[in-house]
Amino acid sequence: MGIGSFFTSKLDEAIGWARKYSIFQYPFVTACCGMEYMATACSHYDIDRFGAGLPRFSPRQADVLFVVGTISHKMAPVLKRIYDQMTEPKWVVAFGVCTCTGGFYDNYATVQGIDTIVPVDVYIPGCPPRPESVIDGLMKLQEKIATGAQRF
Amino acid sequence: MDGDAILAALRARFGGALAETHARRGDHTAVVERGALLDVLRHCRDDGALGFDMLMDLTAADYAKFPGREDGPRFEVVYHLYSVRYNHRLRLKVRVSEDDPVVPTASGLWPIADWFEREVWDMFGVRFTGHPNLKRLLLYEEFVGHPLRKDYPINRRQPLIGPKI
Repeated sequence: MGIGSFFTSKLDEAIGWARKYSIFQYPFVTACCGMEYMATACSHYDIDRFGAGLPRFSPRQADVLFVVGTISHKMAPVLKRIYDQMTEPKWVVAFGVCTCTGGFYDNYATVQGIDTIVPVDVYIPGCPPRPESVIDGLMKLQEKIATGAQRF
Repeated sequence: MDGDAILAALRARFGGALAETHARRGDHTAVVERGALLDVLRHCRDDGALGFDMLMDLTAADYAKFPGREDGPRFEVVYHLYSVRYNHRLRLKVRVSEDDPVVPTASGLWPIADWFEREVWDMFGVRFTGHPNLKRLLLYEEFVGHPLRKDYPINRRQPLIGPKI
């Protein structure tokens, strides 16, 4: 092992550490899960502790796409376009069972899981998930961000 | 005018064009032959004593596999009329078969029928002749089938549609 690779792995760690504490979310809120998302984002649960306190309502300034709520077939192309507009590096969180699997909406209008449209990094189940589950998912995402390969 | 008087007036004027009338739980209903539908609707709107100036709802029902209705026409298109002037109501129905699910449009009488009929086309696949713009209202063009028909499979997967460039 040469000096270069040792240096690179340390730089990866430093960048991972920085990135995991600067999560700018894009909340793609379509349904009732949005209430729980707002509860989580408010001061009581203080997700600013995780560096995720500032949602950005422009996909070009966001790192993490929070898909919060049922995605219908008509909404699917919009979600895909939002995802495509985000700049690398980017991650996707599926918030609630509707985004994970379609939930109990096994019908003609609902997409059966957003992973049929965009790649998903963290699934947070629940209908809707408790803020504790959301924070758990957020911490799992932080772990994934910090330990994954860093591209820059 | 109470509901019985409305039905009596319609029977007196249209007679044979009314296949059936009934009043169940205070809802007065007339089943109209398709050929006379527009005449009956226009009369209901323009007649001074009826004065149905408002089309509250236009929808449809699928009677496939409905007990007692297995052999009859499959679809019923339902018109709910209301008179703001007299505060009375009437329900009109027209029965159409699966092979020929076509009804003349009411959008010339009440403009709101435009979107109601588009929704019925969307969900049930009943067509309305003379409609100015009969395309899907709630679903999208690529959708296959009509989801409120009873024979639409509950777990059919629709193809995903991509972003429009």
